[in-house]
Amino acid sequence: MSTSFVLNGASTTLDADPAMPLLWAIREVSGLHGTKFGCGMALCGACTLHVDGEAVRSCVMPLSSVAGKQVTTIEGLQSKAAKAVQAAWIQLQVPQCGYCQSGQVMSATALLEKNTAPTDADIDGAMSGNICRCATYSRIRAAIHAAAQSIKA
Amino acid sequence: MTRTSLAAVRPTRREFLQAAGSVTTMALTIGFEWLGPSRRAAAAGASPAVFAPNAFLRIGADGSVTVIAKHVEMGQGAYTGIATVLAEELDADWAHVRVESAPANVKLYANSAFGMQGTGGSSAMANSWSQLREAGAKGRAMLLTAAAKDWKVPVTELTTEKGVVFHAGSKRKAGYGSLTAKAAALPVPDKVTLKDPKDFKLIGRHVPRVDVPAKVDGTAVFTLDVALPGMLVALLKRPPLFGATVKSFDPTAASAVPGVVKVVQVPHGVAVVARSFWAAKQGRDALVVDWDDTHAEKRSSSEMMNEYRHLAEQPALSARKVGDAVPAIKNAAHTVSASYEFPYLAHAPMEPLDAVVKLTATSCEIWAGDQFQTVDQANAAKTAGLDPQHVSINTLYAGGSFGRRANVGSDYIVEAVSIAKAYGADGTPIKLQWTREDDIHGGLYRPMYFHKLEAGLNEKKELIAWRHVIVGQSIMAGGPFEVMVKNGIDPTSVEGAATIAYEIPNIDVELSTTRSAVPVLWWRVVGSSHTTFAVEAFIDEVAHAAGKDPFAFRRDLLGHEPRMKAVLELAADKAGWSAPLPKGKGRGIAVGEAFNTYVAQVAEVTVDDAGRVTVDRVVCAVDCGIPINPDVIAAQMEGGIGFGLGAVLYGAITLKNGRVEQDNFNNYRVLRINEMPKVEVHIVPSAEAPTGVGEPGVAPIGPAVANAIFAATGTRVHLLPFPKSSKA
Repeated sequence: MSTSFVLNGASTTLDADPAMPLLWAIREVSGLHGTKFGCGMALCGACTLHVDGEAVRSCVMPLSSVAGKQVTTIEGLQSKAAKAVQAAWIQLQVPQCGYCQSGQVMSATALLEKNTAPTDADIDGAMSGNICRCATYSRIRAAIHAAAQSIKA
Repeated sequence: MTRTSLAAVRPTRREFLQAAGSVTTMALTIGFEWLGPSRRAAAAGASPAVFAPNAFLRIGADGSVTVIAKHVEMGQGAYTGIATVLAEELDADWAHVRVESAPANVKLYANSAFGMQGTGGSSAMANSWSQLREAGAKGRAMLLTAAAKDWKVPVTELTTEKGVVFHAGSKRKAGYGSLTAKAAALPVPDKVTLKDPKDFKLIGRHVPRVDVPAKVDGTAVFTLDVALPGMLVALLKRPPLFGATVKSFDPTAASAVPGVVKVVQVPHGVAVVARSFWAAKQGRDALVVDWDDTHAEKRSSSEMMNEYRHLAEQPALSARKVGDAVPAIKNAAHTVSASYEFPYLAHAPMEPLDAVVKLTATSCEIWAGDQFQTVDQANAAKTAGLDPQHVSINTLYAGGSFGRRANVGSDYIVEAVSIAKAYGADGTPIKLQWTREDDIHGGLYRPMYFHKLEAGLNEKKELIAWRHVIVGQSIMAGGPFEVMVKNGIDPTSVEGAATIAYEIPNIDVELSTTRSAVPVLWWRVVGSSHTTFAVEAFIDEVAHAAGKDPFAFRRDLLGHEPRMKAVLELAADKAGWSAPLPKGKGRGIAVGEAFNTYVAQVAEVTVDDAGRVTVDRVVCAVDCGIPINPDVIAAQMEGGIGFGLGAVLYGAITLKNGRVEQDNFNNYRVLRINEMPKVEVHIVPSAEAPTGVGEPGVAPIGPAVANAIFAATGTRVHLLPFPKSSKA
């Protein structure tokens, strides 16, 4: 059985179990490895990607649910907000082990695409679903503020 | 106390070597070949112009500098620090420096702290300081000699900067890449002069991490991302109780899942091997296994803690004795006592454990975020029935570890090799993937401990006696590191307690070691993850009983420990220790030493009327010798604080009739961004040799917060994690 959707701007049809979580379809069928597996229960955010511009946890989302939708992974980030986020992440040297950072970048990008001047409370709201065991949280917060500034400039 | 007395309870390097030797004898005796310049170049498939003066450095004809790292990069910044130290002496252009992980080869890449290849004990920078500076300096000396010969000028007239050799007199210059062929033909000098620290251009500066760009765009390769042609994915069903084994299993339902290729029994359980993770997961869910729990741990952790409390009142073994604390406390004018209870803790690295194994009848190739190469190579070889020389390891980025990936049984590696063997050892690459539930249920936890402390003060309310009894499982017992257990004392059970830095005339530290089938392991900052809490929370109680300021009380007992005293004073000063706080807020301080790095932290908390705690601010002072990369040091302190704070607020693995009660991040909670305090890090300038920063920042945060809660509320914290009423 196959599911058709738009993956990083390109029409894609995946021949896979429609109940397979989107995370594993993206990783094992499409071969895009930037999106990570952390918990399998939408608790940690390592698998965050965008479906129609919304940050979602792909580990619990069946492949069938994205039929006809726009899916963006870290490999397909193009927006001004995304580039600002990635530049700020480098400038402030956010990552340590780095495993959660694709998900962090995806959540931060989705936030800034909707809200160009997030407050600390906005950041808590958008980012508290993304766990970082290295606890790079202070830098994530600072980098989101820095990215917001650079988008405005 | 002095360093000498610290050494008395610390294993020596010699003991580490003995311990390592018992697991690595095979690896050590197989005779690895030295890959000299020409061999290395050939082995790497590079052009003959590649210059490789030693096992740590390769310079290409294009000027690229490759530093070979013997430590795994698991977030701590090891790759960057290692490359910085070498590139400094090489005078390399940082923009052209890259890092590659070393193959498993104990002769070339042993950790000088423990005599075998592996990462741990916050040792990477201490290890690299002389070894990699020398490696870089020798490379530079050979490039200089090559240029001097070429230009027929004295080598003393040459200078280097950012990967270029200059001759001022003739205005000539040459990039390192253009000199590699000539340099490779020269002999490696025996001796070389290292830079004066005042000439450092990279060390102590803001050097960006080498791994950050790939970790921001999703291209960094972790074991999860390894995809080899024909690769299968395995999930392993393990026993629900520690110590249980497979009695029988029925593979029918699992085998019926589309994509499942084979169901195989291994010593650790039953594995489902499939064409995808999803198929393997569904297959494992459908798998029926009957377990034999005859020898399993069936107690609840609450029963175990009751036993620990009882044991704390029984005679125990002495880990440190100065004077005679028991009668001194009995006769003291004032006494203070308290006990502290610490749960099992899981490491829960973001990347659940995983390993890829390609096994044939004659070879075994492993891909993993490998932290213990020599041990893993020996264990994989034993499992596969091969010589260690036929086991190769590709060390990839590890998605966190906190100690979990370094264990003497190489659990996840051995499981993967066992599955590949049971599958048929036919060269099919197999990726063993743990789920988060496997990780939380999987054992090798930070042990559960009970601490009982008593102190005696004289009439002037001076601290004259200290007794500390620790009860819990040993990390080192029962394995190849058993040799480190001396007179029944596992040094990792008592470090930070037996090594208490405060000057007290009577000290008695005792240990009662318990046994359980629950496997235990070092967890970031090892013994100090509980001992520093007990010592620093209790000294605060003693200070209060003495009617003294907790900062001043500590400082006055540290006159003989200048580095520890200095971090304590720096943290207090930067935090504005004596500035008043409004009602409902409190400030707490704690200090500790781990792996020869000194860290003090001051925490500021707010406690609301419902008893909910918010940690607002943490000021941290660290002395780790010469700071190699101040930004990485700051990052490790920030991260260590967040990691340690999550543990004291929420962390606990509990057992109910032997079964682990937690499963995933819903009930094994860790710190999230909304709970992260503002952190300020201050680094003490130093000319001492560098020491590690990956772990020491974890230890003081718990007691600093507990002491701040007391300052705010008058309530002491004796149970870890903090009671629910005190949670945010």
